[in-house]
Amino acid sequence: MTLIVEQISKEFEQRDVRSPALVTINLEVEDKEFTCILGPSGCGKTTLLRIIAGLEKSTSGKVIIGGEVVTGPTPRMAMIFQDYSLFPWRTVLDNIAFGLEVKGIGEEERHNVAALYLDLVGLSGFGENFPYELSGGMRQRVAVARALAIDPSVLLMDEPFGALDAQNRNMLQKQLLEIWDKTKKTILFVTHSVDEAVFMADRIIVLTSRPGTIKEIVPIDLPRPRDRTSPDFAKVRRYVLGLIDEQQPTQ
Amino acid sequence: MPPGKLPWWRRILAKPVLLKSALPIIIIISWVVLSVLIDNEFVLPSIVSVLLVLSEPFTDILGSGSLAGNAMVSLGRVLIGFFVAAVFAIPLGIGMGRNGKVHDFFDSTIQVFRPIPPLAWVPLSLAWFRIGLTSMVFIIAIGAFFPILLNTLDGVKSIKKTWIEAAQTLGAKERQILAKVILPGAAPTMWTGLRVGFGIAWMCVVAAEMMPGTNSGIGYLIITSYNWGQVQVIIAGIVVIGVIGLGIDYLFKIVERKKFMWRELDR
Repeated sequence: MTLIVEQISKEFEQRDVRSPALVTINLEVEDKEFTCILGPSGCGKTTLLRIIAGLEKSTSGKVIIGGEVVTGPTPRMAMIFQDYSLFPWRTVLDNIAFGLEVKGIGEEERHNVAALYLDLVGLSGFGENFPYELSGGMRQRVAVARALAIDPSVLLMDEPFGALDAQNRNMLQKQLLEIWDKTKKTILFVTHSVDEAVFMADRIIVLTSRPGTIKEIVPIDLPRPRDRTSPDFAKVRRYVLGLIDEQQPTQ
Repeated sequence: MPPGKLPWWRRILAKPVLLKSALPIIIIISWVVLSVLIDNEFVLPSIVSVLLVLSEPFTDILGSGSLAGNAMVSLGRVLIGFFVAAVFAIPLGIGMGRNGKVHDFFDSTIQVFRPIPPLAWVPLSLAWFRIGLTSMVFIIAIGAFFPILLNTLDGVKSIKKTWIEAAQTLGAKERQILAKVILPGAAPTMWTGLRVGFGIAWMCVVAAEMMPGTNSGIGYLIITSYNWGQVQVIIAGIVVIGVIGLGIDYLFKIVERKKFMWRELDR
């Protein structure tokens, strides 16, 4: 399902002072594409993702998914938050089954479906555990399974691995790519890590610092699985890093 | 120094069980000593005569009913008042926690009424409802209302924004968000409010039963025993009030530990 972001602008209003956060963002995400939105902190990349998700209103412009204008949260797009936002009073399995539960699907069926996704993220056997019994990386995998369980067309991920240590982060990046390969979802992934973006994305949308505009769209043609230590990888990373650095005021 | 050689007071300090039981033992010993010294059953009865009263909880006392019977009557009143308070406080707390306009509409009024002790309502309550169940329920409900309301409000406000947003993106409608995110998410704090509210309701019932014209309940038994000079019954009544209050608080805590453990562990 194609995702189109058309002329999106966002202004925040504080005590009668209007400050622009995003200025005329145009973007088209192809079906099954892995797109990273990359930018310095405060550039509005999370705001952009939240507008796409329907969790926030834009000042102007519109988001279109599968030919329909987004007016609020829609199960066509599932959001994954940096803080996992699992429901701590529910077991892992019941967390994953939440989307099916609100759709009115019976307990046995939704648990069967949830178990499949639990397996997909490599956590079979943890269904009866509670989120607080899992590590940060495992919790984020549960959040991914919960999002996938409603079978959305698009996964929106807001710095999902930002709270993890480097080792876990690399492991989850690989696992996410495997999951993406198996499920063929469209993924829109917000990050501030150049390395992460180059490792994961088909295309990187580089935003300028606030107010955010699209500085450049960088297609990444490196073959997968990508090797972080290869010279080609280093070359692309240096290029993207250069785009980010240019806009930082020199001190 | 091996533990056996510690001085006796160091051994008591080292063991929580000993330390916790030290003061009750001191109080009981002082009671026994004082009651012998004072030697006046109308001021401080002996521990034995109080235990005698407690040992026969189903025996009628001076035509005012038994200890257990009166305690049950009080408990019944508390349950009604507590239920009335919860029925009003929980929806209001949720409404105020979810909607800023609802909050602002009620908040100032609540702040004015909150510091008024429930017993200050006794004369008004008598004027409005006469002596009887209604006025007692009214006072109990006022006592339990504010802790339930304020904790419900707190619980709803402590709900993480991303829980609600996650539920929205997973397709939950307003009503489902209320039932499946807000209520369970606020439940631990609400439960604390119910626990505190019940404690206050229990205090209120005893006081309410001391109102003139009441003819049953543990508070009534105590005040009648005073009129008859039966101090050992007063003390036995006080003990029963304490034990029941403690027991109910314990039940609340058991549920808290079993159902709401996630609040402490989810960090």
